[in-house]
Amino acid sequence: MLEESTLDPSRATVDEIVPAGAPWMKTIRKGQIFRILDLEGNQAVDTLFYSAADREERYSAVDTIQRNGNLYLTVGTKLYSTEGNVMLTIVADTCGRHDTLGGACAQESNTVRYALEKRHMHACRDNFMSAIAHDHTHGIEKRDITHNINFFMNVPVTPEGGLTFEDGISAPGKYAEMRAEMDVVCLVSNCPQLNNPCNAYNPTPVRMLVWDPS
Amino acid sequence: MTTNAAPPGEVLWEEFIPGGCHWSGVVRRGVALRLTDVEGGTNGAMLIFNHEERFERYNMPDTLKSQHTAVLHKGHVLETDMGRVIASIVEDTAGWHDTVCGVMDDATLAARYGERTYATHRNDMTRSGKEGFLKELTRLGLGRRDLHANVNWFAKVVADAGGGLHFDAAHRQPGQFVDLRFDMHALVVLSTCPHPLDPAPAWAPKPLKLTAWRCGLAPADDPCRNFRPENARAFLNTERYFAQ
Repeated sequence: MLEESTLDPSRATVDEIVPAGAPWMKTIRKGQIFRILDLEGNQAVDTLFYSAADREERYSAVDTIQRNGNLYLTVGTKLYSTEGNVMLTIVADTCGRHDTLGGACAQESNTVRYALEKRHMHACRDNFMSAIAHDHTHGIEKRDITHNINFFMNVPVTPEGGLTFEDGISAPGKYAEMRAEMDVVCLVSNCPQLNNPCNAYNPTPVRMLVWDPS
Repeated sequence: MTTNAAPPGEVLWEEFIPGGCHWSGVVRRGVALRLTDVEGGTNGAMLIFNHEERFERYNMPDTLKSQHTAVLHKGHVLETDMGRVIASIVEDTAGWHDTVCGVMDDATLAARYGERTYATHRNDMTRSGKEGFLKELTRLGLGRRDLHANVNWFAKVVADAGGGLHFDAAHRQPGQFVDLRFDMHALVVLSTCPHPLDPAPAWAPKPLKLTAWRCGLAPADDPCRNFRPENARAFLNTERYFAQ
């Protein structure tokens, strides 16, 4: 579902560019609006959320799928935690569909999916490891890394149960916007994958915007 | 294969898990576990951890994307987040197992089926899948941080074009079974709480039978190893892990 936002980027309290292949971590307060903007198109943004008050409560892909009764994320989708609480609600979306089945690429999964020699290509889970290794505020460890959201990624499931990685349906300037329903820590890897079409074989920067409640 | 075929190996143990209960145990590399839907309509919600390094665990997205599937059936392997095969589906008379719907928690269960506490119902009390997982995990020194996507054995959930999910209750039949060969030493956590999308109006959880036997390691011509080139590489990662 497509829905545009009326928020003005010049009034955002956070306006940051995440370079291609880089991690990003930020606390978003309850009531704030968080936008991820795909600057150049077809860029997968691997995203995790943790309760800022309790790292053990975190985004849960399976609770989100179960409680929304749907595999795909778009306007109106509530992002649920492992405790069954709504962490964020998607309030605007100019892309129309986001994935939460595809997970994050890793050195290890690249050895399986492509070739053992691909181990040394940069991967999302290395970004997650790097971000949490340097963060001394939240105590997030490898054990807390769970199944993420892939904003702007198109992973359709067929009625026969097949999983396909299709070319993205995103384009330059498309965005997803969500309202935080609790204080959350957002952990992002701007995906560096070069082995499949999830980034159109060309990882690019994304823009992160946060607005205070109006 | 008929639904009542005997396990193809010396049975080590057998255990019966009543419906709506939870279980955990260690299954060693080279041992197979048969899950049997004795009455039809059970749900086997399962988490799997590397018994030696418990922060390594079955990983739903890695398993699905490397095999280009959203569901599990015979020939598929279950991969960990470290790129290794932890278990293989060597036989399967059900043909479709859900990977993405998770388990019910207490609040969801109470809203759907009403609350049955120990005080009022003794051991016929309701126990949610999430609570069952948490009890087993906590007993093992793990906990909330180790909750992640589980397999729901025997559940068929079909997605429509818009991603809407539909539970196929008629898919489950008495006597269906799935045989898992464990390719790593595994800690297995199970709940037999009903599937979260099961539309059954009444609380009537069904039992699951576990049968373990010695099956040995995956040979070179193993159908799961050769199901896809990705599987062969994941087996290589497992074999390097156990190399000595």
